[in-house]
Amino acid sequence: MNITGAEAIIHCLLAEGVDLIYGYPGGAIMPVYDELYKFQDKLTHILTRHEQGATHAAQGYARVSGKVGVAIATSGPGATNLVTGLADAQIDSTPMVCITGQVGRHLLGTDAFQETDIIGISTPVTKWNYQITEASEIPEILAKAFYIARSGRPGPVLIDITKNAQFESLDFIYEKCTKVRSYIPTPVASKESLSEAAALINTAKKPFIIFGQGVILSEGEKEFKDFVEKSGIPAAWTVLGLSALETSHPLNVGMVGMHGNYGPNMLTNECDVLITIGMRFDDRVTGNLETYAKQAKVIHFEIDPAEIDKNVKTTVAVLGDAKVSLRNILPLINKNTHEDWLKNFHEHYEIEYEQVIKNDLYPTKPGLTMGEAIRILNEKSGNKAIIVTDVGQHQMVACRYAGFSQTKSNVTSGGLGTMGFALPAAIGAKMGAPDREVVAIIGDGGYQMTIQELGTIFQNKTAVKIMVLNNEHLGMVRQWQELFFESRYASTVMSNPDFVKIAAGYDIEAARVSERDQLAGAIEKMMAHKGPYFLEVCVENEHNVFPMIPTGASVSEIRLK
Amino acid sequence: MENAWYTISVYSENNVGLLNRISGIFLKRHINIESLNVSKSEIDNVSKFTIVVFTTPKWVHNIAGQIEKQIEVIKVFSHTDDEIIYQEAALFKVNSSLLFDEREIQNIIKDSNAQIVTVSRDFFVISKSGRRSEVDTLYDQLKPFGIMQFVRSGRIAVSKSEMQISSLLKDF
Repeated sequence: MNITGAEAIIHCLLAEGVDLIYGYPGGAIMPVYDELYKFQDKLTHILTRHEQGATHAAQGYARVSGKVGVAIATSGPGATNLVTGLADAQIDSTPMVCITGQVGRHLLGTDAFQETDIIGISTPVTKWNYQITEASEIPEILAKAFYIARSGRPGPVLIDITKNAQFESLDFIYEKCTKVRSYIPTPVASKESLSEAAALINTAKKPFIIFGQGVILSEGEKEFKDFVEKSGIPAAWTVLGLSALETSHPLNVGMVGMHGNYGPNMLTNECDVLITIGMRFDDRVTGNLETYAKQAKVIHFEIDPAEIDKNVKTTVAVLGDAKVSLRNILPLINKNTHEDWLKNFHEHYEIEYEQVIKNDLYPTKPGLTMGEAIRILNEKSGNKAIIVTDVGQHQMVACRYAGFSQTKSNVTSGGLGTMGFALPAAIGAKMGAPDREVVAIIGDGGYQMTIQELGTIFQNKTAVKIMVLNNEHLGMVRQWQELFFESRYASTVMSNPDFVKIAAGYDIEAARVSERDQLAGAIEKMMAHKGPYFLEVCVENEHNVFPMIPTGASVSEIRLK
Repeated sequence: MENAWYTISVYSENNVGLLNRISGIFLKRHINIESLNVSKSEIDNVSKFTIVVFTTPKWVHNIAGQIEKQIEVIKVFSHTDDEIIYQEAALFKVNSSLLFDEREIQNIIKDSNAQIVTVSRDFFVISKSGRRSEVDTLYDQLKPFGIMQFVRSGRIAVSKSEMQISSLLKDF
């Protein structure tokens, strides 16, 4: 069929199974919006209030659904506003396709109105990008974009389309992309690597598993659980691995990293075999690399060859898709238990419970804690909600204490640490999993970075629950100032507006709670509400998140206070 | 770990923007590219980047991995100087009168195995290819006479061991 480039873009999206996209119109993308108007019964476009919101919404959608998120924007400032979302999706391996309009081909390089070199700008923060200048390129390039975004280690792809290419006609034939010369998305683990890994695992006395998002991205949760249960090895999560294994599982021993649990961090430096699956040894996980698990033989299950030996030298690298590798290694693993070793984790937990957790979850002093709000949320949601968090203290507290019984339920900005992520990501998460409860837990700082997305919630009646944990500070920075900068609180005190009134302005039912005896009722009311709901929890202003590995310290130097 | 010279050979598709993508990998790590050459390779429609860096083995491993990860990159090899045959090319533009007035210049050219590319009334051009040190020696020898213009290319290199690309391309 002979159609315009703009219409072809819609047909490409439909052929890729896309039925929902996020975006913001503007001059250079208007032909596409005109087609979106015509195709609105097949393809829903959600107008966010800022292009950054469109990217985070697309990310939230992708993270809970496993599908590719799509965001669309105009040229110039529309395109540059996508950059934070692209960078976030790149470092957190989120499949996303962004489409930007661009000035007409004859205007490229003339400093035309709203012209910006978005290909140059987005190169370091995309898995792939490409500028289309002729309509005839559209089907092949968009097919390639979706294939690259979702295959192998997923990531963001940006396709920039000049306005003339949107207007021109082409003979439209769509073929899905199944391979690209020069690109090997998923290496296959060699038999040798699997048997070497199995031999190490079978003879280990104190083995320890750290699992990351790779388990979720490969949809290998079942294979992972089988592996954990058969081998009897204690397993801890990275922030992005959280929810791959239910938090109540007896072999799930908690979180590693800067604000992770005491046992997993301390015992990283005592285990004899460290089995890492779909994670990348971020500095927030490892602390000082010079003293990280030096006593251990390291097995790294990883899809991206560039991650092998990047930060931590491995003994055995098992390259490939986590699901496939775990399935293939399972028959080679001896059934085992490690009761004494597991007890070691429990003993560390007891210490942490007495010194930190008890006071976080069941405080007796005046002033609400973030921890107790999360504990009550767990009780009211039955550990079934999708939890979307922003960045900072509330994020670490939520990751430490939120209960999860299902995978793809923890949506947070891990690698980039993007404040402002949660509110738009929660919109995407709710649309990606409409049957599930979605609770955005946000600090008062990050909330105000993308607060305009309340407009998107209002317009679409998106039933997200927003729980702002308000401590009137940029809490994590304030904590660092207290601990490492002699309490000089430079620009971390926030004078906040009346958040309840703001929510009311968007016709979102809202409440504020600051008393302990009203907290459970307030959260229960939020969870019972059918539509969108805003709850402000006024928490203790100068509470610190512990345990904590100070920057540059070893994981075994984790501080409990 | 000690810094050393490494030659990174990148076989890739010939696409707009790939140079930017590859140079960005060095930029992000604050590592200077000492020399860069892009040309066709022994395979039709496959380009070859030859990049020279002075860094640690760990960074070379990291950089090579990140480059190979780029969608349009087919394969990356990194070599130390003793694993490759390498050359650079240089052009010297010198005032023609010197060729006739200074006997020594003729000897320098002869001894250095350089070639005279062209001679005109005003200037002549000497081409010299070889290792960096040979080019530098010629430069030092000509410098006292006055060099009107000088330019040196990036390093080009072939490896002593095989760089198997054709078989790899069949597997894609």
